[in-house]
Order: sequence, then C-alpha cells, then structure tokens
Amino acid sequence: MTSFAGGPKRGLMTLLLWGVPQLSLAAKFNMRPGVTEMSVRVQYIHHIGLWVCVIVGIIVFGAMFYSMFAHRRSRNPTPATFSDSIVVEFLWTLIPVLILVGMAIPATTALRDIEDNENSDLTVLITASQWKWHYKYLDSGISYYSNIATPDEQIENLQPKDEYYLLDVDKPLVLPTNKKIRFLVTADDVIHSWWLPDFAVKQDAIPGFINEAWARIPVAGVYRGQCAELCGVGHAYMPIVADVRPEAEFDAWIEGQRLAAELAGEAAVAARAKTWTMVELLPTGEEVFVKHCATCHQRDGRGQGAKYPALVGSEIATGAITDHLNRVMNGKTDTEMQAWAPQLSDLEIAAVITYERNSWGNDTGDIVQPITVYEAR
Amino acid sequence: MVAHAQIVPKKRHPLLAFAARWLFTTNHKEIGTLYLCLSFLLFFIAGSMAMFMRLELFEPGIQFVDPLFYNQLLTLHGLVMVFGAVMPAFVGLANWLIPMMIGAPDMALPRLNNFSFWILPFAFTLLLSSLFMEGGAPNFGWTFYAPLSTTYGPPSTDFFILGVHLMGISSIMGAINIIVTIVNLRAPGMTYMKMPMFVWTWLITAFLLIMVMPVLAGVVTMMLTDRHFGTSFFDAAGGGDPVLFQHIFWFFGHPEVYIMILPGFGIASQIIPTFARKKLFGYHSMVYATLAIAVLSFVVWGHHMFTTGMPLFAELFIMYATMLIAVPTGVKVFNWIATMWRGSMTFETPMLFAIAFVMMFTIGGFSGLMLALVPADIQYHDTYFVVAHFHYVLYPGAIFGTMGAVYYWLPKWCGHMVDERLGKLHFWCATFAVNLTFFPMHFTGLAGMPRRVPDYSLQFADFNMVSSIGAWLLGLTQILFLYIVVKTIRGGEKATAQVWEGAEGLEWTIPSPAPLHTFETPPVIAQDHGH
Ligand code: HEC
Ligand code: HEM
Ligand SMILES: [Cu+2]
Ligand SMILES: [Cu+2]
Repeated sequence: MTSFAGGPKRGLMTLLLWGVPQLSLAAKFNMRPGVTEMSVRVQYIHHIGLWVCVIVGIIVFGAMFYSMFAHRRSRNPTPATFSDSIVVEFLWTLIPVLILVGMAIPATTALRDIEDNENSDLTVLITASQWKWHYKYLDSGISYYSNIATPDEQIENLQPKDEYYLLDVDKPLVLPTNKKIRFLVTADDVIHSWWLPDFAVKQDAIPGFINEAWARIPVAGVYRGQCAELCGVGHAYMPIVADVRPEAEFDAWIEGQRLAAELAGEAAVAARAKTWTMVELLPTGEEVFVKHCATCHQRDGRGQGAKYPALVGSEIATGAITDHLNRVMNGKTDTEMQAWAPQLSDLEIAAVITYERNSWGNDTGDIVQPITVYEAR
Repeated sequence: MVAHAQIVPKKRHPLLAFAARWLFTTNHKEIGTLYLCLSFLLFFIAGSMAMFMRLELFEPGIQFVDPLFYNQLLTLHGLVMVFGAVMPAFVGLANWLIPMMIGAPDMALPRLNNFSFWILPFAFTLLLSSLFMEGGAPNFGWTFYAPLSTTYGPPSTDFFILGVHLMGISSIMGAINIIVTIVNLRAPGMTYMKMPMFVWTWLITAFLLIMVMPVLAGVVTMMLTDRHFGTSFFDAAGGGDPVLFQHIFWFFGHPEVYIMILPGFGIASQIIPTFARKKLFGYHSMVYATLAIAVLSFVVWGHHMFTTGMPLFAELFIMYATMLIAVPTGVKVFNWIATMWRGSMTFETPMLFAIAFVMMFTIGGFSGLMLALVPADIQYHDTYFVVAHFHYVLYPGAIFGTMGAVYYWLPKWCGHMVDERLGKLHFWCATFAVNLTFFPMHFTGLAGMPRRVPDYSLQFADFNMVSSIGAWLLGLTQILFLYIVVKTIRGGEKATAQVWEGAEGLEWTIPSPAPLHTFETPPVIAQDHGH
C-alpha cells in the first residue's frame, strides 16, 4: 500500500499550509460545494454555521486565554468580589438569540426548497436491500441492481487498491442533466440511506415507507456516494454511483437498455433450450457466487460463525436439489438470506447452485439446468 | 435517622469478611467507591474495544477485525461507555459528594443504594457475555435501530435487552435515592438556592433519568415482543413502523446525552471558583440555564432523524428548538468565563481539567449548533462529523469532568495530595491525544466519510491514520491515570481538611480523609454561606 506512505506527513503539512477551508484542497478538509444549485446553497449554510462558530470561538477563547494570563495569581493576587450582573446576563442571552435568528432564516428558506418535490420530469424508484441498490425508472420501466465492483482481493489487501476503492459499482445509476429528477427511496429489509454528497441528497431508505427527494444536475459527470445508515455487515460495501449524461445521450441509453432487455429475454429462452454441462456451468457459478454470496458465506463456503452458515457439507447444499433451489430462489424470511429469484437469471441460479453442490469438497455431482429454475419460478 | 447496617459478621475468614463488607455495605462513601471502581473497569473494557476499532481503521482495507466483529465492537463500545463508564461514574460521585455537600449523614435510602449498585455487575456480565455467544454480540450500534435489531438481530439481542432493563432499574433507583436525599436531608439552613451547583445539576439529572429510563425500558420491551411474541410494533410487514422505534429511542436518547453532561457542568462549577478564588458568577442564572436545558431536551429528539422523511413543519420546529438550546448552554460557558474574570487563578491539575472541559465542550457545542441547521445536517448526518461532535462533548464533558473531579476530591477521600507533576503530565498528554484523535474526524466527516464503517476509500487515509495514532496515545494515558490514582491512595503528602486554599463548601469542613460517618448531627449553615 505505497499510496499511504508519507500520508500523515502530507496531511499535516496541508493542514498547516491551507488551514483556511476556502482554499484549494478544500475537498480534504471541508464540505464540497457539489454540483447542484441546492448543494451549493447547502455548502453556503454550512459556511454560515462554520464562520459564526469560528468568530464566536475566537472571542470566547480569546477572553479565556486573556483571563488566564492576566488574572493568574502572580499578576492579580487579590481576586475581585463581583458575582452577579443582570445586565450582562441579559446581554449574553439576547445577543446569541439574535445571531441564531440570523442563521435560521437562510436555513429555513433552503429547507423549504429542499422539501419541494413537485413538478419533476423523471422519477427513479430506489430500493435498498442488504447490500445493494435497485433502480427502477418509473417512466420507462427499466430496472436493475447496482452492486459494489471493488474486488475482494483489494479489500483483503492482496491487490493494490485502485482510485475508486469502495466507490465503484457494476452498473451506475444513469441520469440526464438539467431535469428535475425525483427520487423515491425505500428498502426491502433494514434501514439504509441513499447519499450523494454532490447532489446534497441524503434520504433514509426505510422498509414500509417511500421517502422523496429531488435533484437537478447541471453538469454531466460521474458522482459517487455511499450508504449512510448502518445496515449490517456489508454497510461499508454499498456504494452509490450516478453517471449523469446530457439529455440526448441519456435517451439513447434508455433505448439501449430496452433493446438489451429484449436480447436478455431471447438469451434466456436459448439458455432454457440447451442442456448444460458441469464444465460450462462452474465458471459462471463461481462468478455469481463471488459477486453475490461470498460476503456472507465466504469464498471458501465456510460461512462466518453461526450467523452465516457454512455451505460445505450443509444439509441443504448437499441434500435434495429442490430444497436447495427453494432456499436460493425464495430465501428464508426474516433472515439475511434473501430471495435471489428476482435478482438473478435462470442461468445464473442454475450455475451458482451447481457450483455450490460441487465445490469445496461438496461432490454431489448434480447439475442444475436453467429450465429447472425456469419451471420453479 | 439512618442507622447503618454494618453487617460485618464476627470470626469469618478475612476474605469472606472483606467480601461481606463490600457486598452488604450501605455506606454512601463505600458505595460511591464501588461505583467509581466499576466505572473505571468498564471504561478500560470499552476503551480497549475502541483501540481495536482504531487499529482496523489505521489503513484502508480489512486487516485485523472483520466487518461483523467490527460492528460488535462498535456496539459494545458505545453501550458500555454510555451505560457502564459515564453513568456509574457520575452516580459514584453523587454518592460520595451529595451527602457531604448538603450536610446529610448518608443517602436517604441506603439499602436501595446498595441494591442499585449490585445490579450493575450482573447487567454488564449479561451484556458482555454476548461476545461469546453463537452469532456474536449485538451488532447494530448503540442506537439499535429496528428492524436491524429485531428481525435481523443475533440471538444475543435478548441478553442485551435484559441487560438494558437491569441498568434501567439501577438508574431509576439511584435517581429516586438522589432526589429523596436532596429534598429531605439538607442540613437546616441549606435552602435550595444555597445548594452547591453539583447538587443542583444532579437533582435535575435525576429527574431526567426518572422520566426517560422507563421510555428506554418500554422500547426494549417492544423489541422483545416483536422478536418473540408475534407483535409488529416496528415491523413494516406486519403493519408496524420502523420510524416509531427511532422516535421512542431518541425521546430517551436526547435527554440521555444531557444526563451524561449535566453533572459535568456541576463539577466545572465547583472547581473553577475554587482556583479562581472567586464566587461562581451568576449562580441563579446557572440554575435556570440548567433547568432550561433539561426542559428543552425533551422537544429536540427529532434532530437525530432529519433524514427519515419528517414533514417540513416538524423539521422546522425541531431545528428552532435545537438552536434554542445553544442559548442556555452559552450562558453557562459565559458564566464560567466571568467567574475566572479578575479572579486570582492558579492552575492545579483539577483546574486544568475544568478549563479544558469548558473549551473542548464548547467546540462540541459549536459543531452541535452546525448540526442543528437542517440543510447542512443532511450532509453531516451519519458521517464522521457526528462522531467528532459527540466525542468532543462526551470526552471532555463526561470523562474530563470525572477525571477533574477525581483530582479535585481524591485528597478529601483518601487523605493524600496528588502528585502535581504527574497530574499535569497526565493532563497535557490526554488533552493532546484527545484532540489528535477526534479533531481530524471533523475533516473526514465533511469530506464524506460515513460513520460505522470498518473500511473506507483512499481519500480518507491520512486523517484516519492520525486519528488512530491519537487514539492509541489516549489509551496509554489511561494507564498513567490509573497509576496516579493508586499511588495517591497508597501514600503522599497529607491533605488538610480544606485541601485547596480557595475551596468552600461543607465537604471541606470535615477532616481528610473523610471519616466513614460524617454529619451525624447536622452542621450549622452560616446565614451568608455561599454556594
Ligand atoms: C446477506 C448475507 C447472505 C448472502 C449475500 C447470501 N446468503 Fe445464503 N444464507 C444467509 C443466511 C443468514 C442463511 C441462513 C438462513 C437460516 O437458515 O437461518 C443462508 C443460507 C443459505 C443456504 C442454506 C444453507 C444451510 O445449510 O442452511 C444456502 C444454500 C444459501 N444460503 C445459498 C446462498 C447463495 C447461493 C447466495 C448467493 C446467490 C447466498 N446464499 C447469499 C445469508 C446470505
Ligand atoms: C479512547 C477514546 C475513544 C476512542 C478512540 C473512541 C473511538 C470510537 C470509534 C472509532 C467509534 C466508531 C465510530 C463509527 O464507526 O461510527 C466510536 C463510537 C462511539 N463512541 Fe467512542 N471512542 C472513545 C471514547 C468514548 C467515550 C469516552 C464515549 C462516551 C462517553 C464514547 C462514546 C461513543 C459512542 C456513543 C459511539 C457511537 C457508537 C455507535 O455508533 O453505536 N467514546 N468511538
Ligand atoms: Cu448501510
Ligand atoms: Cu440529541
């Protein structure tokens, strides 16, 4: 991890040189302005708060230090005897109230605008589950899951970490510029929180509730955030990436997604028609397992303690195929083992089950075909 | 009125006699010592959990602690610090000091006092034993939000629930005892407005405890029935409401944070006048400010929930109420400075801790004010900025407060002066380390690092490394503190009755070390006796 060598030294130097938040490198010390009009306003409110505190702090701490210096015993051997004053008590109640009113006004107006979710041009339904995001474009019906793309090898320090370590996903949320986009946010299991700092949007995803937020993004680009509410073991591993494109490109992308969905349907039909061999299924199975299952069951299939059962020698993973199929497709209610049927294709489910039944010492020799999965749906 | 049941049976094995003495004691001083020792032990346990977390956070990537275990450490660290280190420390101080400060022979309900202490070791054994259970310890953060803690909680969650119930019972009994003592056992002439500030802040804290601990008990009971008896209070699938959990939790939780700071305010208000050799400035406004803070603390719980989709009017109301709390808090800070103003100050170790308390608590108060601004809070919430905020209020507030109190009253308790050189060394190391640990967290939070994560992206690496180094230094300073306390108890320069030249109050009229029984006949309070 060469990238951190000299890290603290660099950090302290910049702290000394650029202590004033406004200057360059602010991103390291201060809230970013973000890209939307609202995020700039939010940063402005943050700055009001910050500077009020800095100035009051200088006065208060200044008075304290002055007093500690001037009123120590060696300089001021006889203490004064006053211990009350209605006038100053009144003043230092009134002045803070006035300052607070001054801070509350811009905060109130900004908050009113933040909560104004009307007149949107486009709606995206965001559904969180342990530990991925599902995006559904309500206007065009397109939907997909977005998973972390950082490989485990980087997390386990076996490979150098790349620039977007923990901030990269397989399929980002694609959005158009200059449209008022409404986000509807909810969750399937526990509470998560969808946070994109550059849009100043943070909205809790709560099962049984649909929360609203909005953004209008003037600049195309890739913006990154993370889940902000503790949601279990994988909380650090559910990044959010928004890929914002000019309107025409966005429309083309929507069209492309529609075509891709059709093609996937055709591929699924073809997969069902074919009889697959073990050799063909195992690599796909491993890929799916590593991507979706290994966070809990671990790559070696040994699970983690009692919470995440081992699949090696497991009664289900080496017993009747129907039970295994049922557990993977429908999950088990009230546990972290979720239903995978809506998330994976027939081929992927067939492959991962085949993989589990024939890996790490499990040697049932069973091959599960996509058609079996299709029929079980 | 209080006869001590000194149950020290004759002719027992000395070890048994020793155990019996501490098990059955009803003496406020001995129970105070028990509370302080337990609190210090739990402070070490929770602190070492923080050391492991900071070790993992030293660099990006997973090195020492896997994510599941990290979440367990995080949860137990928070719970044990709050319920095990801070609250028992303050109750211990209350036991030692309140009877001596108001001229009472003991606490009003000595047997209850014994009981409320001895529940605690069992409560924490239950809680900590969960580490060794199948499925591991609770892993949902000290705020235990449903449904992560109900539907998805590990089996040990039930032990956590039982543990919280026990702690709650202990706190409620302790609070009742303190209120009854203060109301009934004040020496003749000790009117309310003559009580020392520490007694006042504890009186108000005790009322807060009585009001909110039952709410906590209610919410964990609802969790228990959701988990095992088929109710759906917090389960959306059964028509319940996960946000209801947060409302109930924070209705307890926000007053709880004041429970963890008000006695600290009281301590600072005792120490600063002593070493400034000048009466506390604005005693009356201090009392009213504390009352105002306590009342307001019941209407601001929603400031922990700004991102849950509250309606606009609720967000506005809570934002204004939260900002309003800054006013009485500011009054307290200004009063402390006015007490120092034109005094004749010396800077013994307790004074250093009290001054650091005021300054760093003020920094935590500033970030609290920023957090109250809802549009900005949307960005701050659940980031390291919040972690920085609550550690700046809690570490200097509760921990420096308690340590300052120990340096201040230890000579009274054990009859020996503290080695000033060692005390100052401890102070400067601790102050340096606290700031090294927690100040950079403001930056990582503003730059966008979420809290409660075992791993983070590369742009946060520098500051996390600094924080981790600070944390380990801070851990080391605790050992120095332990050494100083033990050394002082075992020997040292003899303390006079007054101990500190500027000290005023009834506890300084009795000899040092304070005899086991004091004020068996009430003292006479001079008509002009100050606070
Ligand atoms: C979020 C964590 C998590 C993920 C991700 C996960 N599982 Fe599970 N899985 C569990 C838990 C927890 C159980 C145990 C449920 C129970 O019986 O209480 C389980 C049980 C199982 C079982 C039954 C094992 C037994 O002996 O009871 C199988 C098979 C299984 N999972 C397969 C998979 C597959 C295949 C995937 C990936 C597509 C996957 N799991 C992803 C958490 C997870
Ligand atoms: C040695 C000093 C300490 C260190 C290094 C330390 C470190 C930490 C760390 C790393 C976290 C986890 C942050 C996160 O991932 O969100 C944390 C959380 C917390 N700490 Fe500390 N801490 C210390 C002292 C204290 C003290 C004295 C208190 C209380 C008086 C305290 C109360 C808490 C609480 C309430 C949490 C939140 C737990 C949760 O999120 O559930 N800490 N601390
Ligand atoms: Cu999360
Ligand atoms: Cu609060």
